[in-house]
Amino acid sequence: MSIISVRDLVVEYDGRRVLDGLNLDIEPGQITVLLGGSGSGKSTLLRQILGLEHPKSGSISIKGTDITHCSEADLNKVRRSIGVAFQSAALFNSLSLEDNVALTLREHTALAPSIIDLIVWLKLAVVGLADFGKLHPQELSGGMKKRAAVARALAMDPEILVLDEPSAGLDPIVAAELDELILFLKETFQITALVVTHELDSAFRIADRIAMLFDGKLLAVGTKDELRANQHPRVRQFLNRVPANPVHTPALASYLERYVQSQEAKP
Amino acid sequence: MANVFERAGRETLSQLDYVGSLNIQLWATLRAMRKALPLIGNRHRWHAAVHQMLDIGVEALPMVALLAMCSGFILAMQGASELRRFGALHYVIDLVALGFTRELAPLLTAVAVSGRSGSAFAAEIGTMKVTEEIDALKVMAFEPVEFVLAPKYLAALVVVPCLSIVAGLSGILAGGLFMFFSTHLGLPLYFRYVLTSIELRDVVAGMIKSLAFATIITHVGCLEGLRVRGGPDAVGRSTTTAVVRSTFLVIIADAIFTTIFYFVGRT
Repeated sequence: MSIISVRDLVVEYDGRRVLDGLNLDIEPGQITVLLGGSGSGKSTLLRQILGLEHPKSGSISIKGTDITHCSEADLNKVRRSIGVAFQSAALFNSLSLEDNVALTLREHTALAPSIIDLIVWLKLAVVGLADFGKLHPQELSGGMKKRAAVARALAMDPEILVLDEPSAGLDPIVAAELDELILFLKETFQITALVVTHELDSAFRIADRIAMLFDGKLLAVGTKDELRANQHPRVRQFLNRVPANPVHTPALASYLERYVQSQEAKP
Repeated sequence: MANVFERAGRETLSQLDYVGSLNIQLWATLRAMRKALPLIGNRHRWHAAVHQMLDIGVEALPMVALLAMCSGFILAMQGASELRRFGALHYVIDLVALGFTRELAPLLTAVAVSGRSGSAFAAEIGTMKVTEEIDALKVMAFEPVEFVLAPKYLAALVVVPCLSIVAGLSGILAGGLFMFFSTHLGLPLYFRYVLTSIELRDVVAGMIKSLAFATIITHVGCLEGLRVRGGPDAVGRSTTTAVVRSTFLVIIADAIFTTIFYFVGRT
């Protein structure tokens, strides 16, 4: 029984189809990595799964609740079991790091302040920021912000952890540490993780299953070995980092031709 | 020619869309406001509201008082230079007292608050939008309207009328000082004249106006913030638009209210 299942999802922005009949199942206790180039619809899919946008058609069910057709109260109930770390970290700039992590605990639980302080310290310690709780987000480096965002996502001990490009813009050492953290969380808490990335090393290190998106469709879904063995040209191109050679696309070629002709026509 | 109609139509639609959004937002905020009330609501929202009250009200107090005193002097002097010729200098008292309670105190306060806080709301919410903080709130199962807008609106509804009372008192005091220096009329006697010329109806009219202005400033500021799309430059533009639009709408609303009170007062 999958914990998140996406069925025939179609998303359009101003008539432009971004996701085209997408199906995806995410199994509990596994790390699923969503791979794909820029503009392949990764972030759009993530926003749909988080219920931030409504699809044109199709459905998404999380823990048995169809979030595309449910009340705001049900959606919020589902959201409490999801921890999200955004690509830009999205920490609340007006709050200290501690308060950022403590926010959901203070508001959604009836825990005593001393317990909340302890939990906050633990979560910050897990990401290696225990000594920085009093600082504000603008005083942190990019890598620290990303780790703080993970700490905040973990605050409520979510069943599902969603990470949007956790290692983008981080140095290799911090990125590797973050990978280890995700693996540690899976092994210790049997957490289900959905990680969006375009970093191949990281993807192959942490993934139980990899889903590859291209042009709003799933190109391949499977284990690391299945993906490595996949012979689809786009998958091979992505995995082998082959450039797409845009100069040879017909549109550009015809544009160049017309440009040359117009230059020749000039006296 | 068709082009002109097309543009007029598009402009009308966009203005209608704006007014509609403003109304929807106002309604949603009113419904969420119960949560911001002390005792029966969520205490975190109430704390946020108190924080906002200090920010919108207490911090603006010296500026509003000074603004009103200067305007009081100006009004008294301009009035006196004309009324002196008819030997009707004592009408300056009525002019200042009525002018401030009915009109100038709410209006000056609204302009000051719009410049200080309306722009701040737009900048704060716009930044939250750009840095995905609003999305983060949603996925943490918070309602942005309840979390961000309701405390601000509650604070404005409490504080703007208070500021307007302070502005009225300062303006009338300035008129009294002018009368004291020009005709040696004692301040106690001046205030007794003031009290005989003001009726309760004038004070109520002023209060109704300031509540309406508080509504306009908060909601235009917040809506401009929420409509921010794109990057930091959009935030800058939204703050400017917030001030321009809210000041404009405040004056329009003032004209409407004054007209209503004029006709209601005659009967």
